[in-house]
Amino acid sequence: MAKTIQAPLPGTFYRAAAPGEPAFKSEGDAVAVGDTIGLIEVMKSFTPVVAEEAGRLLAFHVENEDAVMAGQPLYDLDA
Amino acid sequence: MAITSIFIANRGEIAVRVIRAARELGLRTVQAVSAADGDMLAARLADATALVGPAHATKSYLNKEAVVRAALESGCDAVHPGYGFLSENADFAEMVEAAGLVFIGPKPETIRQMGDKARARQQAQAAGVPTVPGTEGVVADLDTARVEAARIGYPVMIKAAAGGGGRGIRVARDEAELTTLFPQASGEARAAFGDGGLYLERFIGRARHIEVQVLGDGERAVHLFERECSLQRRRQKVWEEAPAACLTNEQRIALCLSAVRLAERVSYRGAGTLEYLFDDATGEFFFIEMNTRIQVEHPVTEMVTGVDLVRAMIRVAMGEKLALRQQDIVLRGHAVEARICAEDPAADFRPSPGTVTGLTLPGGFGVRFDTLLYAGYTVPPFYDSLLGKLIAHDDSRAAAIVRLDRALGELVVEGLPTTAPLHRALAADPAVQAGTVHTRWLEEWLAAAPLAVPLAAAPLAASASPTLVTPA
Repeated sequence: MAKTIQAPLPGTFYRAAAPGEPAFKSEGDAVAVGDTIGLIEVMKSFTPVVAEEAGRLLAFHVENEDAVMAGQPLYDLDA
Repeated sequence: MAITSIFIANRGEIAVRVIRAARELGLRTVQAVSAADGDMLAARLADATALVGPAHATKSYLNKEAVVRAALESGCDAVHPGYGFLSENADFAEMVEAAGLVFIGPKPETIRQMGDKARARQQAQAAGVPTVPGTEGVVADLDTARVEAARIGYPVMIKAAAGGGGRGIRVARDEAELTTLFPQASGEARAAFGDGGLYLERFIGRARHIEVQVLGDGERAVHLFERECSLQRRRQKVWEEAPAACLTNEQRIALCLSAVRLAERVSYRGAGTLEYLFDDATGEFFFIEMNTRIQVEHPVTEMVTGVDLVRAMIRVAMGEKLALRQQDIVLRGHAVEARICAEDPAADFRPSPGTVTGLTLPGGFGVRFDTLLYAGYTVPPFYDSLLGKLIAHDDSRAAAIVRLDRALGELVVEGLPTTAPLHRALAADPAVQAGTVHTRWLEEWLAAAPLAVPLAAAPLAASASPTLVTPA
């Protein structure tokens, strides 16, 4: 069943650890509990977005380096 | 060159500061804004705003092309870069000038020269400014290292030439340790970086961060005395003062004149700061780098000298010669600045953006608050956490700290935690009051006596004096 995971924090969303590095997750990838999905930068400090639920990543709602607000849809998971 | 209108290529409290100086000079201001900053205080105060891109700074405030285009399209004839962002980007300064605009700051070549640590060190040495003693290149072998270390003076740092960010550094207190550590360090450097090259540098265990403010017009330079910024966390300054109370008057004069020599040698134009390490144990000072821009902590200098630095840098950019002579600049009293940030000191300084639901500002004699805050403002999560700088000025250092604490007690920011409780605890700390601090002091103090949860709510008396042994 597909469900939408929300951003836990407001900030800037990153899909990779650094520019040029591979993305943590791509659409279609399997997600295990504890996997890093991306990073959110809040005032120059980086917090990993960690999966609390396993499944298959269906789609991102937010592009790399986009602004997100807390509670905004981040990605869809087929749990 | 005549200036009628300044484009402010920055945000936050420094943008507000520049708008105020510009307005007092009768100049129009256009404020750069990202998509997330349309309602910031500087945008409200400026005569006009210009969108430079989306929230992410690399696409807005750091986007050189977008900033120059916005400055031209908004009819400005000058650009003030503030601090951070593009303020020390020589390519940006060149683009601004190539577009026929005045860059309010040094010449691009000066930014490039002083931004290169090796070139800046050479210029300093040529101007007779002391630099941290060390080898000029890689040390060939242990025998050479012994000779060089004796010349430099123990303790020495053994650094991997290919290392960086503090990696591959060892400290030898004497020749016996050097003899043991040098071959180890070389082997480790070869394994870690593929290059066993090492160089040596004097290790300063208890250093203070002292910096000298200068103003130049491209020919002549003056100093506006020094600041001490030893209280730092993660290499970020937390609390700054002017002057540096630890210096004797002789040391002060030698330090400040060395800064003028270097500024004049590089034909410095505008406001700049020369950073030094001061070794308490020996009384020596060593130039480390120059910041070719206005700095966050400039207000403490303004308070003790009475010189408006931002106005002065705009006037020099307009082509005026420095109106100040060195003998006109005198120290009056002492000023202390607390950086108020949107961070929770009771939760490991977690960033805390959010909406300011209520605000009471401090005031009164000798108190200045340079801030981006207003009631109802939502502090965005995309940028630096600095909310404002609370500055207290009084006749003496002790009185200035009392005044700062009084003002901190008046400041109420509702809706988000700030670092104000940290500053109240610092103001009450015996080591801070005695001024016996160094650049690692604050992190050691926080590790030994973390700001407990009650601090945020407790009155000063209850939060005072964390149980920490004062460093000698």
